[in-house]
Amino acid sequence: MISAYPDKNGRFGTFGGQFVPETLMYALEELEQSFQEAWNDRDFMDEYTHTLAEYAGRPTPLTFAERMTEKLGGAKIYLKREDLLHTGAHKLNNAVGQALLAKRMGKTKIVAETGAGQHGVAAATVCARLGLECKVFMGEEDMRRQALNVFRMELLGAEVVPAVSGSKTLKDATNEAIRYWVANVEDTFYLIGSVVGPHPYPRIVRDFQRVIGDETKRQFQEKEATLPDAAVACVGGGSNAMGMFYPLLEDDVKLYGAEAAGKGLATDKHAATITKGTKGVIHGSLTYLIQDEHGQITEPYSISAGLDYPGIGPEHAYLSESGRVDYEGVTDQEALAALSVLTRTEGILPAIESAHALHLAFEKAKTMKKSESIVICLSGRGDKDVNSIKEAMEKESGE
Amino acid sequence: MSRKNVYEAAATAEYPLFIPFIMAGDPDAETTIELALAMEEAGAHILELGIPYSDPLADGPALQRSALRALKQGMNLRAAMNLVPAMRQRGLSIPVIIFTYYNPVLQMGETAFLDYAKEVEADGVLIPDLPFEESEKVNAHAKERGLVNISLVAPTSSTRIKKIAERAEGFLYCVSSLGVTGTRESFPPEAFTFIETVKQNSAVPVAVGFGISKKEHVKGLAESCDGVIVGSAIMRQVEERLESLTDSKDREKALTEIKTFVSSLISS
Repeated sequence: MISAYPDKNGRFGTFGGQFVPETLMYALEELEQSFQEAWNDRDFMDEYTHTLAEYAGRPTPLTFAERMTEKLGGAKIYLKREDLLHTGAHKLNNAVGQALLAKRMGKTKIVAETGAGQHGVAAATVCARLGLECKVFMGEEDMRRQALNVFRMELLGAEVVPAVSGSKTLKDATNEAIRYWVANVEDTFYLIGSVVGPHPYPRIVRDFQRVIGDETKRQFQEKEATLPDAAVACVGGGSNAMGMFYPLLEDDVKLYGAEAAGKGLATDKHAATITKGTKGVIHGSLTYLIQDEHGQITEPYSISAGLDYPGIGPEHAYLSESGRVDYEGVTDQEALAALSVLTRTEGILPAIESAHALHLAFEKAKTMKKSESIVICLSGRGDKDVNSIKEAMEKESGE
Repeated sequence: MSRKNVYEAAATAEYPLFIPFIMAGDPDAETTIELALAMEEAGAHILELGIPYSDPLADGPALQRSALRALKQGMNLRAAMNLVPAMRQRGLSIPVIIFTYYNPVLQMGETAFLDYAKEVEADGVLIPDLPFEESEKVNAHAKERGLVNISLVAPTSSTRIKKIAERAEGFLYCVSSLGVTGTRESFPPEAFTFIETVKQNSAVPVAVGFGISKKEHVKGLAESCDGVIVGSAIMRQVEERLESLTDSKDREKALTEIKTFVSSLISS
């Protein structure tokens, strides 16, 4: 069974594993055991489900996009509305789960990394709610680009620490968060933001995000009395996609992941890790990544800060290799166009990340029958992107 | 000329078994060769030759900066390993351990990497992000080639200490305290209890690293372990002398100063 992974060595096929300094190995063993216990503990799961319902706003709707469907003339388009979750993106599902786990383990301090700030905001939010201390590492360059999110995190009581090493973006913020964790592992919980990192993190994050796919199945069943024919999600590290895909892995549903092709797959300005990357180790996990021939990790590029990561979750690497999920690149321009169309046609402004999934889904929908259906994980709302969308559109019309 | 292997060098050294770390290519390849020779003259028993990496998870600011400088020089795994024969030619006789993160090894290929280590007459490897559970293959392949793969234990290793120490080869790298590489003012009392536990479980000499930068540190550890590993403190000396080290007129003087610093660390 393709959904039976990770195995006892923390591998998804050959991918995954634990490539970290010895200092962290005991903490990872402890984490794995605590998660296993919590996952099987009814009280813990009730608290998690309850918090998602009462605080985060679950279930999120599954919206039938009628006008969009008519416009494309193919398969029925359904949107899973993670943009309507508290804080505006799917990130909170995982932050709630891990923070509750931290509390259960008796850890009072949280450290997290963030790129654009969405995961940082989610972590800071749940820490405020649970009364935990929160430290968020963020690349100095990203702090400049996303000053508003820095302020949001600070409002929530978190300390935002600039990562000044390397290229000063998400990859380096993650390095810094791990280094901080190495030094403070005894009282600090590392709340990772995506299905990446050493085992058991890819599994933990997937399991706390699978609520997306579980709900989608149930809601679709209520509306159409069957399963959708296809599901699409964008993939950076890949947590919203794993959340959507995982409950569908054993079903007869086509699955598509949209990677950021940036300025094009033929250029070196992209973050298409599966399409263009090679096997290697990043942040403790064996997966596909963007690197040079000497194994030095290079900087990816995407208009979307949430997809701008040189690696990808090891389970995605496995699902690609096994052929279960199809991953395709979507350029900045294609994503922006899809964003505009959805906003005008349905009155929903999606995050630029989610717009990558929209483009790929629209292309697929056109080739499908009217009797078929396709579900898109609308992972976040676009309010955070308004400035960069404006900039990009002005630039485009000026060219 | 017959050279000592890692086992012999570690087992025969009197305290402190001294293992300096230098970063290949910081500030340039020629200086790295000179530094290696200076380390042996200063009393090193084994040399750790560091490979610069873009994402060194276990390293603090000093070695991160050092790696960045080396990468800007175009240094990489193969080029760094090519320095070993050059060092030997100039008279380096102590064993050399290639210290590298795992990803560059994966790109070269695990067995190709070990073959090449053998070919350049390196004596062992140390991969800080390849823990016990992931290192079975490297251990076996290294052994086949007469190389050692150095293991690490950390204060959090807890129940893991025994299994790691039992399988250690050459010497056991004991991480002094939590955190990344780099200077620490002093070591907490529990560090000594931990080192003692490691020592009791280890059949090979135990060398302590992470944060050792002063003569007092080396003296303070004399009763607890067999040796010390010093990296950041040396590369910080290099960092303070980048200009003179890359200037043919001033290089000799800068090297002598670094050698003096290193000798003073380990002299009794």
